[in-house]
Amino acid sequence: MKKLSTEIVVIGGGATGVGVVWDAALRGFDAILVERRDLCHGTSGRFHGLLHSGGRYVVKDPVSAKECIHENRILRRTHAHCIEDTGGFFVVTPEDEGSDYPDRFVQGCAAAGVPCQEIPVAQALKEEPRLNPRISRVFRVPDASIDGFLMVHATVQAAREAGARIFTYHEVTDLLITGSEGDRRVTGVSVRDLVHGEDIAIQADMVINAAGAWSGKIAAMAGARVDIVPGKGIMIATAHRIVNSVINRCKWPSDGDILVPAHTVSIIGTTDTPVADPEDLRIEEWEIRKMLEEGEKLAPGFKKTRIMRVWAGVRPLYKETHVTDDRDISRKFTLLDHQTRDGVAGLITITGGKLTTFRLMAEKAVDRAAAYLGARRPCATATTPVPGARHGYYWLGHRLKEVEEGGLQNQLICECELVTRGMLENAARRNPTIGLDDLRRDVRLGMGPCQGGFCTYRAVGVIHELNLGHAVTSDIEVSDWKVADLHSPASNPSDEGVIAGETGNRGNALYNPNLLLRDFLQERWRGVVPIVWGQQLKQEQLDRLIYLDIMNGDHLPDAGLKSPLSDFYHKDMTPNDHLEEAHD
Amino acid sequence: MMIDSWLPPETTLDQCIKCNICVSYCPVSEVTDRFPGPKYAGPQAQRFRMADQPSPDLSVDYCSGCRVCNEVCPNDVNIMEMNARARAALAAEKGIPLRNRLLGRNELLGKVGSYAPNLANFALHNPLSRIAADAILGIAKEAPLPRWSVTGTFGDWWEEHYPRRLISDKKVVYFHGCATMYYEPFIGVAAVLVLEHMGYEVIVPPQNCCGLPMLSNGEFKAASKLYDNNLRKLGPLAAAGYDIVGASTSCTLTLKEEAPHLLDRHGEAEQTLTHAVWDIFEWIRERLDELPRDFVAMEMVIPYHPPCQYRAHRAGRPAMDVLEMIPGVEVHESHARCCGIAGTYGYKKEKYDIAMKVGQELFTFILEEEERHHTEFNACDSETCRWQIEHGSGQDSRHPIEILAAAYGLYDLNARKPMASPARHERWTEVNTAGGA
Repeated sequence: MKKLSTEIVVIGGGATGVGVVWDAALRGFDAILVERRDLCHGTSGRFHGLLHSGGRYVVKDPVSAKECIHENRILRRTHAHCIEDTGGFFVVTPEDEGSDYPDRFVQGCAAAGVPCQEIPVAQALKEEPRLNPRISRVFRVPDASIDGFLMVHATVQAAREAGARIFTYHEVTDLLITGSEGDRRVTGVSVRDLVHGEDIAIQADMVINAAGAWSGKIAAMAGARVDIVPGKGIMIATAHRIVNSVINRCKWPSDGDILVPAHTVSIIGTTDTPVADPEDLRIEEWEIRKMLEEGEKLAPGFKKTRIMRVWAGVRPLYKETHVTDDRDISRKFTLLDHQTRDGVAGLITITGGKLTTFRLMAEKAVDRAAAYLGARRPCATATTPVPGARHGYYWLGHRLKEVEEGGLQNQLICECELVTRGMLENAARRNPTIGLDDLRRDVRLGMGPCQGGFCTYRAVGVIHELNLGHAVTSDIEVSDWKVADLHSPASNPSDEGVIAGETGNRGNALYNPNLLLRDFLQERWRGVVPIVWGQQLKQEQLDRLIYLDIMNGDHLPDAGLKSPLSDFYHKDMTPNDHLEEAHD
Repeated sequence: MMIDSWLPPETTLDQCIKCNICVSYCPVSEVTDRFPGPKYAGPQAQRFRMADQPSPDLSVDYCSGCRVCNEVCPNDVNIMEMNARARAALAAEKGIPLRNRLLGRNELLGKVGSYAPNLANFALHNPLSRIAADAILGIAKEAPLPRWSVTGTFGDWWEEHYPRRLISDKKVVYFHGCATMYYEPFIGVAAVLVLEHMGYEVIVPPQNCCGLPMLSNGEFKAASKLYDNNLRKLGPLAAAGYDIVGASTSCTLTLKEEAPHLLDRHGEAEQTLTHAVWDIFEWIRERLDELPRDFVAMEMVIPYHPPCQYRAHRAGRPAMDVLEMIPGVEVHESHARCCGIAGTYGYKKEKYDIAMKVGQELFTFILEEEERHHTEFNACDSETCRWQIEHGSGQDSRHPIEILAAAYGLYDLNARKPMASPARHERWTEVNTAGGA
């Protein structure tokens, strides 16, 4: 078995985990992050993209609100290029009238230090013509839209530049444990490289469990009980932006009351349903109906707008079971010190929280780890911009502008999201890549209205020419692993032909273009099937014709091959009928 | 039907399913890389545009506005309108070049030139001026710019005709447009002759430019003013129930639909005007029972190019339908996508070559027809198209209303002026005897 050793192992490649490994590396710790799939594959890649101002929590949870505005200000500096400064409104719709919530909201904002300004309704309607004209009050707050994929990638790149090692597609199979009951110590993790089928033992002084909704399973490997109730929430994306600011309902937080502009689409969210299994991402009919009805209250006509996709993410809701739980940090995220809590040294669990506060969560987790490691070094993440932050906020038209200025129109692979050949090639070469879905998270491949119906075939061809499908994930030099310009057509010229065949992955058992194609289309269909009506149905009819009739896609050879994600993409998504009744 | 279509054109972007049919038909993207195609510039780019942010795309300026895309789109995406509005946003942001301002002001140019048309023609058309206009303004030196009428404006003729005009209970309003007023008064003469021959009293109210040249150059504010003026002048006539006909397909389209649609004007007065305005052949075709059949036989093949604006009129090929009623006349439709000129597009130096390449399939058709059937002229309803066709093919082009007027023996198709009246009666007798009617 291959053996590695380090000071800190971080489990989980979502926002929290990458925050932890970044923080640890900046403090000079030797650190390794392991993630069983791609970075951001879980909850951090399945949210609505809201960078909270804190406004949502000022009444319900003022501590959380303070954390949000604090982190909001920091991330605007450290991760500027991952953010669109959309601003946000809290609006009082006719349904919300007659409550004292708006006044409590104003007081709450003042108390939590969330900048809030009431503006005339006419002004808000001028800025957002699709907004419900019957709203009675509007408050402006510094909400923003954040690209979770880019944020995670940029953070990881910063961590790598500080010396951290990142192993994606490495699944934790067990924790390495010494000692006996009552005096146990976690000394590292056993991981399996899912691409090469190799087992690796990583010795570590400290293991930080940042596996989110899966962190209960990790803790259980050390015999510690952490009750995570995965709370599923669905999000619906319109085919184009219907609002350019974040729109929140000014009422007690509930389902379907946030509408966020995210790149070329608007996303409405969300629901909150406890599920047994965090992999259970099925979409219920009542959830979709709820989103449409609530959307209609914010932006009349929402129900008739083309819905392009639906997806679900699972919040890691921690259920307090121990009296010794560390509750002094915040009510919104939880740091579990398993040495004091369970008598298991060398293991910390950091869970709960939200993407906006990932940096703060990481800071607290590494503070605790550093204390155990006997090296109390100050946290540097609040003042260290990640690569790319110097570009400043992104804006909606930036890709189109660069494509136009560079004359790259004939280089487009994904026409909907303006992904050029060069962007795709460089993302595939520089970022660990197993399948096209990983490239989607890198460059937004297939995220537009046709949902991969056209670009999948082109992208497979490009990757096949590069011979980069299922690239070896751990052999990439840090300097090559660039993310600062991941989203920039201008910064990614195509060097078509020059690098073809350079990596020689054809020997890799997983490398198969037909598998790439099938996996990605299957992944895209998952999010379309539950909302396939109206204009999106027309789209899918055309996509189906292309796949079945023109490309004969269902009869491509090697149908028996599977990638580490094939089963996930094929998971049963049929709605649960009994849940439907409960909500009718 | 019209009211349903008053949604902002941008909202139709969601109807796009990326099928590429528009791309495969677009005559502009076929001949130049400068225009990436209707799908890219329309529904795709629209997802990246946002009010109050800089216009991200410049290539939308290379859309000629021919509307082939709108016609072939199976999902009713208003691509051309989306592009026109994006171009207006671009113009508002970057400023409008002097050239485009000039090209947008054909009414003013027409008026000024008409004071001394010979001088104006010399000033504009001598080779030195054209070279200077090319170098300084960016107006292509080869482009087929019109000539001012040296025999007076349409207004002059109308004034002279006025005392002799037909007085009738049946009345129709005539919108002549700028080109007929200042460059080609004979089109208006032919139109009035036909309308009177149908037994209608023609009303020519005060009117001004429809605003299309400004709309297509992104000058929405100024175009809005022109539309307002026309609404004030024509609106009461529309409200009183008069039909308003025009022989320039682009002017009528602008009054009818383009201006209110692009400028977001959907009031009651606007809709009344919309419903009152007709292309002249669209109007005639609705009144075939009133159309006299005293045609002079004309043994000829007429190659006919329906201008792009007919696509937006959604009226089929009314001129063709009517001309084919003339005994001996065989109309051959071009089936070409566009002549290339697209209003003022082909006048622009950087677009002249594109316009000529776009028009090539039409020019080839015209020349093949000439060789096969010895045609002497072709027909097209729109003035700038006719100038472009003449420029590209070398063959004379006529408005179908001229041909119809000639078929009644009222108009000399070669000299482009009214016939002396006795000729008509002789021929009328001839035809009726020969036809055995």
